[in-house]
Amino acid sequence: MKDPGAASIEAFRSELVEWLRVSCPASLRPGAKPTEEDRAAWQQAFCARGFTTPTWPSEYGGGGLSKAEARVLAEEIPRVASWFPVASFFGTSMLGPVLLEFGNEEQKKEHLPKITRCEIQWCQGYSEPGAGSDLASLQTRAVRDGDHYLINGSKIWTTGANQADWIFCLTRTDPSAPKHDGISFILFDLHQPGVTISPIELISGASEFCQVFFEDVKAEARNLVGELNGGWTIAKRLLEHERAMLSGGTGRPSDSPRARKGPPPAPKSALAESARPHLGEAEGELADPVLRHRIAQWEMDALCFGLTLRRSGEQARAGQGPGPATSMFKLYASEMNKRRSELLMSVRGAAGLGWSGDDFEPLDLMETRGWLRSKGNSIEGGTSEVQLNVIAKRVLGLPD
Amino acid sequence: MSLVLTEEQELIQQAAAEFLKERAPIAHLRALRDEEDPTGFSRAIWKEMAELGWPGIPFAEDHGGAGLGMAELGVVLEECGRTLAPYPFLSTVVLAGGAVARGGSDAQKREILPGLCRGETLLALAFQETGRFDPWVIDSKAEKTGDGFCLSGRKTFVLEGHVADRLVVVARTSGASGEREGLTLFLVDPATDGCELTRSALIDSRYAARVSLSEVVVGRDAVLGEVDRGAEILDPVFDRATAALSAEMVGLASEAFERTIAYLKDREQFGVRIGSFQALKHRAAEMFCELQLAQAAVLDALRALDEDRPHAARIVSAAKARCSDAASLITCEGLQMHGGIGMTDEEDIGLFLKRAKAAELTLGDAAYHRDRFARLTGF
Ligand SMILES: Cc1cc2nc3c(=O)[nH]c(=O)nc-3n(C[C@H](O)[C@H](O)[C@H](O)COP(=O)(O)OP(=O)(O)OC[C@H]3O[C@@H](n4cnc5c(N)ncnc54)[C@H](O)[C@@H]3O)c2cc1C
Repeated sequence: MKDPGAASIEAFRSELVEWLRVSCPASLRPGAKPTEEDRAAWQQAFCARGFTTPTWPSEYGGGGLSKAEARVLAEEIPRVASWFPVASFFGTSMLGPVLLEFGNEEQKKEHLPKITRCEIQWCQGYSEPGAGSDLASLQTRAVRDGDHYLINGSKIWTTGANQADWIFCLTRTDPSAPKHDGISFILFDLHQPGVTISPIELISGASEFCQVFFEDVKAEARNLVGELNGGWTIAKRLLEHERAMLSGGTGRPSDSPRARKGPPPAPKSALAESARPHLGEAEGELADPVLRHRIAQWEMDALCFGLTLRRSGEQARAGQGPGPATSMFKLYASEMNKRRSELLMSVRGAAGLGWSGDDFEPLDLMETRGWLRSKGNSIEGGTSEVQLNVIAKRVLGLPD
Repeated sequence: MSLVLTEEQELIQQAAAEFLKERAPIAHLRALRDEEDPTGFSRAIWKEMAELGWPGIPFAEDHGGAGLGMAELGVVLEECGRTLAPYPFLSTVVLAGGAVARGGSDAQKREILPGLCRGETLLALAFQETGRFDPWVIDSKAEKTGDGFCLSGRKTFVLEGHVADRLVVVARTSGASGEREGLTLFLVDPATDGCELTRSALIDSRYAARVSLSEVVVGRDAVLGEVDRGAEILDPVFDRATAALSAEMVGLASEAFERTIAYLKDREQFGVRIGSFQALKHRAAEMFCELQLAQAAVLDALRALDEDRPHAARIVSAAKARCSDAASLITCEGLQMHGGIGMTDEEDIGLFLKRAKAAELTLGDAAYHRDRFARLTGF
C-alpha cells in the first residue's frame, strides 16, 4: 500500500472486524431474530466504544476515530449486524458539535457521554409562537436567581419534546440589549414542575412536535453554554450543523473500490421503477412523456446534487476555499424531497389518496403520509426563503 | 477521480485565464464581428494557442499532442466561455479531430493530427442535416464506385465549415435515415469538384457552413474507420464534444452570473442598490445553486470520459441538460436584471445570451438530453 494512512486504515479495519465478530451477538446477525437481552448487550458494547458518535474524542465518550476510520465503521457494521443503536440526532448532530466547540470542560464531560450512550434524549427549544424565521426576536425569559436561572415563556414546534429528557433552549437574558445581543443558550431538564408539554397534530396525522410552556422552571447556572448574552453565535452555529444534517451532506457512505466488484449494474431509477406497477408498464420507455421527463429531471438533479455535495466535501478537504454554504444544500435537499414526494403522488393516482384502513397497501399509506410530512422539509431548520436570504447575503454578498 | 482540479489543471487554468484576458477578451469578439472578419477568429491567435499546446491537449504525443484528457481540455474551454473566445476547439479538435483520432488509420492520423496540433490544419465535421440535433437522421448518400465512393447530399450547421481544410463527412452507405447502422465517415477536401460551401453567420458571431455535395468523388483511402460502422466512432465523439461544450457553457454562465451580481451591487434605484431587493436576491441565489450543480456535473462528466467509465454517456447527458438550463436561466435573468441597458448591443450581457442559446441548441438541448438520460436509465 502506498501511503501510511491507507495502511493504518486497513489495520483499523481488521481490528474492527475482529471486534464486531466477538461483540455482536448471534441474534443480531443478518437474517436472525433479535432477542431483547442480546439487543441490550449489543447496545451496551457498541455505546461503550463510542460508536454512536464515532468522531467525538474518546475522553467525552466518543469513538475517537478519524473521518476515514468512521467511514470504515459505517461500511463494516451493516455487514455484521442487522441492527445497531443510533443516538438521537438532536444530540449527535446538533447539540454535541456546539458543546465540543463552545462548552466548558465540565459541560462536555457531563453531557456528551450521555448522548453517546443514548441515555438522554434532547430537543431543540428555538422557535416560539412569535419568533420563527425572525428567531432572534424570541421572548422566553431566563432570570438569574442564585445558582439557577428561572425560565418563563413558551416554545413551539419543538420536535420530540414529549419524548425528550432535556432541552437546549434559547432564552432572553437581557431584554434591554439589541435583539441579537440579549440571548443565552441554556440546557435544562424537562422532567420538573412548571414544564407543560402539549403535542400538536400534524397534517400527516403524526404528533412529532409540541408546544412547551415554562413557568418558573429551573436551569442550573452551570448549564449556561458560552457567554451570558452570547447565545446567538452558538445558535447560528447549531443551525449550520442542523442544515448540514438535513441536506444529508455529511455522512455519505464511501464509494470505496473494495465495496464494488465486477461491472457496475445498469443504472435504474427507483422512482420510475416504483411507477411501473401503477402504470401497468413492466419495461421499456414510460409511455407518458410528461411524467417521463419529470422523473428524468428529478433523477438528473439528484445525480448532480450528489456530485455537488461530493465536490464541496473534496474542496473543503483540499483547502480550496470554502465550498458553498450549507444553506444551499439544505435548500436543495428539501426542495428535491418535496418534488420526489409530489412525483410519487402523481404516479400512484387514487392509490395515493388513502388515509387508513385495509383498502390500501401499507406502503401506499406510508408514502402518502410521507408526502404530507415532506411539506415541512422547506420549513423546518429555517424555511427555503430564509436559506435564499442567507445565500444572497453570505455567499453572494448582496446588500441589505 | 476527484472533482477538485489537480495542480496541473490549476496551472492550465491560470495560464488560460491570463492568455485569454490578454489576447481574446470580449472586445476581441466584438472587433471580429464589427469588422465582419470572414474567418470569425484570428488564425494568428489560434497558432499562439497551439504554442501553448491547447488544440493538442487530447491527442497522443506521437501525433504532436499533449496526451492529456477531457478534464484538461474542459479547463481551457471553461475559460474560453468566460471571454466568449470564438476558437475552433469544438469543430476542429473534439468533433472532426476526435473522429480522426478514433477512426483514422495510422497514415490518416499522421497526415492530419500534427498539423492540427500546430494550429495549422482546421477541420469540421459535416453530419447534421435537420434543424434539431438528431445524430442518425442522415440522408446523404455515399455510393460505391469502381475504386472509391460518390457522395451526394446536404449538410447544415457545419461548425467552422467555412474555413476547414478538411471536412469529415458523414454519409449513408446503407440503411435508412434515422438508423444508427449504415453510416460511414469520409475525409473530404472542400475544394473537390461538386463540394460547395456557403458561410452562414450565427447569432453568436460565429460561422457555420451549409455544405452541398453533388457527386463528390473520393477514393477508397478517404474512408475513416469502417464502412457502415461510423456510429461507433461518432457516439464517443459526440459524448466528448457534448461534455466539452458543457464546460464552455459553465464558463460563460459563471461569467454572466458574476457580472450580474456585480451589477446588482452597483446600480441604484429608489435610493438603494438594486441588489437589496429580495425579489432579485432570491432569483440570484437560485441562479447560484443551478450553477453549482452544472459545475459539478461537468467536472464529473469530463472525468467519466477520461476514465472510460461505463455509463459515462448518462452523466454527459445530465451535464448538458443542466448546463443548457443553467446557462439559459442565468443569461435570461442576467439580462432582465440589467434593465434597459441589457437590451443594448453595447452591454456585454446580450453576447452571453446569444452564445448560451447557440450552445444550448448545439449537440442536443435540455429536452433531447433528458430523453436520452431517461433511456440510458432504463425508462
Ligand atoms: C416539521 C417541523 C419540525 C420543527 N421542529 C422544530 C424544533 O424541533 N425546534 C424548533 O425550535 N423549531 C422547530 N420547527 C420550527 C421551524 O424552525 C419554524 O417553523 C421555521 O423557522 C419558520 O418559522 P414560522 O413557522 O414562524 O414561520 P414564519 O417565520 O412566520 O414564516 C411564514 C412564511 O414567511 C416567510 N418569511 C418569513 N420571513 C421571511 C423573510 N425575511 N424573507 C422572506 N420570506 C420570509 C417564510 O419563509 C414562510 O414562508 C419545526 C418546524 C417544522 C415544520
